[in-house]
Amino acid sequence: MSEAMLEEPTSDGELVDPRRSDVDEWGRSERMREVARAVYGPLYRTWHRVEWEGFDKLPREGGALLVSNHAGAIPSDAPSIMHGIETELARPVYGLADEIFKRMPVVGTMWSRVGGVLAHPDNAYRLLREQQQLALVFPEGTKGTGKHVSERYRLRRFGRGGFVQIAMRAGVPVIPIAVVGAEEAMPILYKSPALAKLFGLPYFPITANMIAFGGLGPLGMILDLPSKIRIRVLDPITFDVEPDRPRYSRSLIMDESERIRQLIQEALYDMLRHRESVWFG
Amino acid sequence: MGKRVLVTGLGAFWGGRVAQALEADPSVDVIVGLDRYEPTVPLERTEFVRSDESYSILARIVKAARIDTIVHTFLVLDSTQMRSRKIHEINVIGTMNLVAAASAPHSTVRNVVVKSSTVVYGTGAQDPVYFGEDSRRTTPPRHMVERSLLEVEGYVRDFAVDNPNVTLAMLRFSNVLGPDISTPLSKALELPLTPSLMGFDPRVQLVHETDVIRAITHVLDNGVEGIYNVAGDGLVPWSEVAAICGKRTFPLPPYGMDLLSRPLSRLGIDLPPELLGLLRYGRGVDNRRLKQTGFEYHYTSAGTVAAFSDAARLRSTVGNPTAEYKYEQDVENFFRHSPVVVPEAELPKRD
Repeated sequence: MSEAMLEEPTSDGELVDPRRSDVDEWGRSERMREVARAVYGPLYRTWHRVEWEGFDKLPREGGALLVSNHAGAIPSDAPSIMHGIETELARPVYGLADEIFKRMPVVGTMWSRVGGVLAHPDNAYRLLREQQQLALVFPEGTKGTGKHVSERYRLRRFGRGGFVQIAMRAGVPVIPIAVVGAEEAMPILYKSPALAKLFGLPYFPITANMIAFGGLGPLGMILDLPSKIRIRVLDPITFDVEPDRPRYSRSLIMDESERIRQLIQEALYDMLRHRESVWFG
Repeated sequence: MGKRVLVTGLGAFWGGRVAQALEADPSVDVIVGLDRYEPTVPLERTEFVRSDESYSILARIVKAARIDTIVHTFLVLDSTQMRSRKIHEINVIGTMNLVAAASAPHSTVRNVVVKSSTVVYGTGAQDPVYFGEDSRRTTPPRHMVERSLLEVEGYVRDFAVDNPNVTLAMLRFSNVLGPDISTPLSKALELPLTPSLMGFDPRVQLVHETDVIRAITHVLDNGVEGIYNVAGDGLVPWSEVAAICGKRTFPLPPYGMDLLSRPLSRLGIDLPPELLGLLRYGRGVDNRRLKQTGFEYHYTSAGTVAAFSDAARLRSTVGNPTAEYKYEQDVENFFRHSPVVVPEAELPKRD
């Protein structure tokens, strides 16, 4: 066999691993994240002027499942949360989403490089329990981002409570997060079901910023409106169950899921009560 | 009493090399290999039986030679080599015959190792990043290699359940690269530009040729039982795999590749459906279960690509360094059966 002619692959017992990029097993690249943060920075600081409350409740170490409300046709809550945590806490945040991104050429690869991971229970378990990372999930999914502007801030059903089961099995806390301002950044004025079906999208929105910035061309259409974004981190919730069980009580999961939805809903109403202006906070 | 081993597909890439590895193991007394075609690697004490691996021949050989160990390596994973019906015949019917021969009444078979593939997990948008051995597929099987492998695994699993006194190990190997093996994947990486699907840069996991052989011998030596994924550490983006080979990627349209596959193969670019799935979503498997049995990999996924690339570079400069081996039946028979040949151990020592 020709193995004898090739160099020994080991050195000091450590296997040689001639990687050339920093793309990790999840597809995330820290270098791409730096580029993303450089690009998003001005939007974060000047366009949306993002402010946090309760940032200290986020753990510096250990895994946690961050759960937030979701809004805006192209949501700015996810990038804002990830940008804020990565710059202030210097730890990576992985965004769990359903397969809609993974299927798309170009967009899917970019989404993966900036930390997007398919929301499969095995993925979540490995990220949270084994690697003790932070994972961000939006239980409303596209039901949240597809809301008409008249339904803003009324939280949809939080899926089937899968996120609760994921956190229970991984033995990590759920940290609810309420985001105000993403709804108005890209409010949906009208949805075209025919165009959505044509393009295979969950919804095809006509948004206010398309009308406002449409004159600037396609880039203008995805630029969102400069609403002020406030992010409030609520108290972490730990569950009184043991991790690693194959199944948990369905009623417990539904109760906890509803409780977390209520907590975020009330935090939103509280923040909205105190919000004097959409654009200036 | 040493092991008496039957190796299927002795003339194919893996059968011959597994037999070579077994020859080096003193605890193996007898090695018998079957194939329709001759071995392509030099062997010393393996008996080659030219046959078509039908049930009756297998059963007679297993009984006559009192075979106690079967290593089933002859599964076709490359649909560019032959038509679907032949793949089905070799994979499914071949395995069915083997399993039937091994489970005959009064069978002497006590160990079976099957060289399966991670192709059984499929590729899809809803796949987890790592498939565990108990993970379920997320897509229905789409092509003959997948379908036949799934049937093969079904037969093997049934055999294990029906014969609890047989130690069965099913090894699912991910895509293999190395200095010698030639697969559609390796051929794609030897093209001047590496094909990829536009907009997709999925992560793939690879295993080195020698780790494949070592995994099989590890499982035999240690009586390991169960289903195991075998793949090197690390998930490497396809563009990086090309970069390690010193190539750039060229993009193919992400949709409609079924129409393009025929004209492309006429240009020498073979992209069978197994490979296309890998180019879109990639595949990762959890390799820790085999490591827990004490197996240590010598190559990571990236290390496998580097080793392949180095060997390809050498080959493109000096050609194939090892002389082509040609099996000559009469010569081999002479060495094995002639009464004038004195076995090595009996030679008198020179003073």
